[in-house]
Amino acid sequence: MNNNFSLLGRNLYDLDDFTEEEIINILEVSKVMKEINSREYKKLPTLKGKTICTLFVENSTRTRMSFELAANRLSADVVTFEATTSSLQKGESLQDTVTTLNAMGIDLYVIRHSCAGSPQIVNKHSGKPVMNAGDGRHAHPTQALLDMYSIYEKTGTIKGMKIAIVGDIVNSRVVRSNLIGMIKLGAEVTVCGPRTLVPSHLEEVYGCKVTYDLKTALKDADAVMGLRMQLERQTEGLFPSLEEYSKHYVLSKQTIKWAKKDALVMHPGPMNRGVEILPELADSSQSIILEQVSNGVAVRMALLFLILGGRF
Amino acid sequence: MKILIKNANAYINETWVDTDVLIDNNKIARVEKNIKDDADKIIDATGKKLIPGFVDLHCHLRDPGQTYKEDIHTGTKAAAKGGYTTICAMPNTEPTIDNIGEVEYVQRKANDLGLCKVKVIGASSKKLEGKEIAEIATMKEGGIVAVSDDGACVQNAKLQSNIMLYAQNFDIPVIVHAEDYNMAGKGQIAGGKVATKLGLAGIPALAEEIIIARDIMLAESTKCHLHIAHLSTANSVDMIRIAKKEGIKVTTEVTPHHLIFNEERLVSFDTNFKCKPAIRSEKDRQALIQGLIDGTIDMIATDHAPHADFEKDKEFDFAPFGVIGFETAFAGLYTHLVMKNLISLELLIDKLSVSPANWLKLNAGAIEVGRCADLVITDLNKTIDINKNTILSKSKNSPFLGETLYGKIDITICEGKITYNADE
Repeated sequence: MNNNFSLLGRNLYDLDDFTEEEIINILEVSKVMKEINSREYKKLPTLKGKTICTLFVENSTRTRMSFELAANRLSADVVTFEATTSSLQKGESLQDTVTTLNAMGIDLYVIRHSCAGSPQIVNKHSGKPVMNAGDGRHAHPTQALLDMYSIYEKTGTIKGMKIAIVGDIVNSRVVRSNLIGMIKLGAEVTVCGPRTLVPSHLEEVYGCKVTYDLKTALKDADAVMGLRMQLERQTEGLFPSLEEYSKHYVLSKQTIKWAKKDALVMHPGPMNRGVEILPELADSSQSIILEQVSNGVAVRMALLFLILGGRF
Repeated sequence: MKILIKNANAYINETWVDTDVLIDNNKIARVEKNIKDDADKIIDATGKKLIPGFVDLHCHLRDPGQTYKEDIHTGTKAAAKGGYTTICAMPNTEPTIDNIGEVEYVQRKANDLGLCKVKVIGASSKKLEGKEIAEIATMKEGGIVAVSDDGACVQNAKLQSNIMLYAQNFDIPVIVHAEDYNMAGKGQIAGGKVATKLGLAGIPALAEEIIIARDIMLAESTKCHLHIAHLSTANSVDMIRIAKKEGIKVTTEVTPHHLIFNEERLVSFDTNFKCKPAIRSEKDRQALIQGLIDGTIDMIATDHAPHADFEKDKEFDFAPFGVIGFETAFAGLYTHLVMKNLISLELLIDKLSVSPANWLKLNAGAIEVGRCADLVITDLNKTIDINKNTILSKSKNSPFLGETLYGKIDITICEGKITYNADE
């Protein structure tokens, strides 16, 4: 790794703004952070005096905690602003909220919002670096980085890996960011789901493969990722029932046999056990689902560190 | 009041003629070389083009009710700056222009200001609710030129059929904003590559095409004059081409922004490109240009749709649909299409002036003795900067912000009166 690597002042909207080398460097710094997380006293003084605001306009306790832990372990101060989309729509607008928060002296914003493109608005009205913690169906770059880190840690490389992602593709920001990052690093990615849940032009936009058949998707896969299937898609008329979905697309001990032996089993959480993945597989030795969660803290530490001025 | 325009290069009978033009009162009095007349005002148009004033079949003046976005004064001022001499106001105001009282309000206010002639398009259904037919015949007595639920679309095919039967009865064209609500869903931009990449909900082309197919069939059965507003997809152009060949009474328009931009401009989440219908793929844009050239598309209309900064400067999903267009239509199209040899200047004038004037049966759209003196003098080599300080419209939601455009309008004359002069 370039030993003067920094992402000072950069925004993390999505992974297309980052080169292959930068992504590898982020993964390497994450490795160091993970070592720190394994110590008894998990704290570095690096970001002492910096203030981070987690601005969550869409609920996500898990992601927010992961960011806050990451900030705490680097000794930054963290404030949280939680709102619902509807309250922002009725009351103070996002730009007014950001200008107000900014007047309090924030150094970096972490935003989650149900609308795509919201991180750009935060940067526009604050002039401060912004980390996207999920915007609409658009992007979730820290999730993609932790997913890639989880594979990288196990296999030492992403290049040439065959990765299958299965489920509600059209509504998934996790898939979009992963497609950009994994393909940039040389993986061969196949997405799979019923046709009503797979958007058009995917191959053209990302250079991935698309199949509507689970067996084809899993063939020779080194890693398989399931996605959360939400019941509300049923009422939107996108598929008839969770039961029927599960029958054709569930990840189980049975279906995982189509992949490579010992293929990594992943899921960004929260899981619907029994719908997109069976407990027998989610809790098996092949599963790295809980490690993904631990890695999330390390990856977010690495990013906060690099964006707020740390050098490696 | 007499105005004498000297040494103009004028667009007359589809060709360019060096001539003087004398305007007497509100009419063109003489079109000859070397006119000598002690006119009240003499304009030297050496090196400039003299063309018929532009006519816009589709705009939103937001008056009454949403005058923080635009009003009839700022709207007609902006229109005059863009070279427009007649514009047609859509009825989706607050209250809706679905009765003769509102029709008369808009006409009277525009008339008093005298910056641009304003024709009114009445609602086709009461309050644009798509439930009951509006008082079309009464509004016609008040002066409407067409009816439309623009901004909304009558979803009920039976009601739309009745609206068209009834409007045909009173010889009123029906203008349709073609959008199937279920197909469009919560769509924010055109369905396709960019929507997939940005994760924004897409509006499929079918949302427009299904309604166009329906209404072409209704036009055939009702014999009503159907006008499709703001065409946006390649298949829509094809359907209208076929309908015209079949002899069905259908006309259509396209906006400057659909002719100039494609969906790639949305990748930065710029809400000044968020509009309905959505700006689509390059393939669709090329089909629209082709439709304009082969005559399938009759005219260019701005769909000038002002929205305040605080409304547009929002999360993409929450920003309203629509962009302004008066002040950039001619210069934008001249710079992006004519200068790039995609269409001719003559075709552009035909689609901005001649064709819509004929559609409205105006005594305008041509530089001839006896015609209404609705004229534009433009210097094609001069540029205008488009930014929030130069835009006269009350709202600044232009997709051209930051651009420098050729084809500056120097002077606009409406009914023999100078309504815009760049030097004043």
